[in-house]
Amino acid sequence: MFETAVLVETIVKAVIVVSVVAGMAGFATFIERKVLAFMQRRLGPMNVGPYGLLQLAADGIKLFTKEDIVPQNAVKPIFMIAPVIAAVTAFVAMAAVPYFPEFTLFGYVIHPIISDINVALLYVMGVASVGIYGPLLAGMSSSNKWSLLGAARAVVQMLSFEVVSGLSVLAPIMLIGSLSLIDINDYQVGGISHWLIWKQPLAFVLFAMAGFMETNRAPFDTIEFEAEVVAGYATEYSGMRWGLFFIGEYANMITISVLVSIIFMGGYNPIWFIPGALAMLLKVSLWVFLFLWVRAAWPHIRPDQLMWVCWKVLMPLAVVNILITGFVLI
Amino acid sequence: MELNDFKQRNIAPGYIFFEGEKAPENGWQAFKKVVKRSLKGELFVGLWIVFREMIRFDIHTIQYPAEKYEMSPRYRAIHRLLRLFESGSERCIGCGLCEKICISNCIRMDTHIDEKSRKVVSEYSINFGRCIFCGYCAEVCPELAIVHGVEYENASEQRAHFGLKADMLTPLDTFKAKEQKEFPGFGALSDNADEAVKQTPLAY
Repeated sequence: MFETAVLVETIVKAVIVVSVVAGMAGFATFIERKVLAFMQRRLGPMNVGPYGLLQLAADGIKLFTKEDIVPQNAVKPIFMIAPVIAAVTAFVAMAAVPYFPEFTLFGYVIHPIISDINVALLYVMGVASVGIYGPLLAGMSSSNKWSLLGAARAVVQMLSFEVVSGLSVLAPIMLIGSLSLIDINDYQVGGISHWLIWKQPLAFVLFAMAGFMETNRAPFDTIEFEAEVVAGYATEYSGMRWGLFFIGEYANMITISVLVSIIFMGGYNPIWFIPGALAMLLKVSLWVFLFLWVRAAWPHIRPDQLMWVCWKVLMPLAVVNILITGFVLI
Repeated sequence: MELNDFKQRNIAPGYIFFEGEKAPENGWQAFKKVVKRSLKGELFVGLWIVFREMIRFDIHTIQYPAEKYEMSPRYRAIHRLLRLFESGSERCIGCGLCEKICISNCIRMDTHIDEKSRKVVSEYSINFGRCIFCGYCAEVCPELAIVHGVEYENASEQRAHFGLKADMLTPLDTFKAKEQKEFPGFGALSDNADEAVKQTPLAY
């Protein structure tokens, strides 16, 4: 009986997370177009629905009804499975992420996390790096030189940022002594002054940069930068397969925002009069906005600069940070 | 000014030359450059500028089919043939100056003498496939009969559209509704034209 209840609860949570995040990812495309437009003194989509709100539906209809083209020389099974990998890993990573404080509904305590595993952080980062197989396989199977270049850049990028993100998050883990995101959140109980961002500012900056690289967002959007590699790994994709890449990218963005909010910015602990759930929403919105903001403001960097900055600047800084943290702990 | 100052024509006075940053010569200088750039906070200046523009909300978009540009009266789009305000008859006297001056040879007119022994224009057409919209025809016209309009939406099924006399001439019902506007652009009478009129000196 108990087993069945847990099973049902998990399935319901999973469905809710997937549908809500997919909806948010869709809505984020609209927000992105609007924010970028406002920052460039434009209006953005205005014609479909009030203030262009239904542009989302128009885009969805277009994506779903568009012809699904597989190029002649492409490796068909891999070409078709690659976008699924990109989207699925983005959603699977959310299984171990807590979103809100636990609450009671109909006399039943609900933990807004699908599965509280004790290696949550390792799991999330591992699954998120599996997500790079999406662009990699897509680019290699498309039989298109731009796609291939995109795939090569994806590998280069992953090799570079994974080291930085892993090492940078090591210092907070040393402080907390647990990989569970709930433990990390509980470590920061007690207001803004207890946030880890004050104890680990360098780790925060490094992890944020690695997050930008992991989600392929500007200024590190080397693998799909239009001016250099057309659309990178997604050049040959059309219709909903391309849409899956898109949803995966935005879901990744949300995951990284949630991760940064939990690890460094106090998670879902209440601040003053703001309840925890609302604080979490605000922090995640701030981070998603920052992703768009940075895209409007900053130029992107070359792949060789990316490798340079990762291996020669960020990684040594992360190691130094770990050393200092270790000495302070001892 | 020396002769050299006149020879250098590509720059305005007060132009400041910037040679660019010096390339770092050794590793220490390169390191200093990286540290300086990283800690200077220039990236945040960029962030602030786009954020400021978003807050100001000074939107420059013209939502085209709903809003349109207010064109300058001097804008040179498809031509119009005007009517005399007093009588409603055509202003064109068939002098043929526009036909002569047209540098792309795209204006053609047919004239004949009517029963009152007056020269009238029976056909007037502009080949808009060749017209370069230089404005010479409107400039040379002694009667302000052919002028440039501000209508810039010239999509049509036929390339002959807009170019015939019937297309350009102010329709009579528009004229009767007093909707023909005087052309305010180049060659038009100034606002104080009446005061500037002098009696023809016949004394000599």
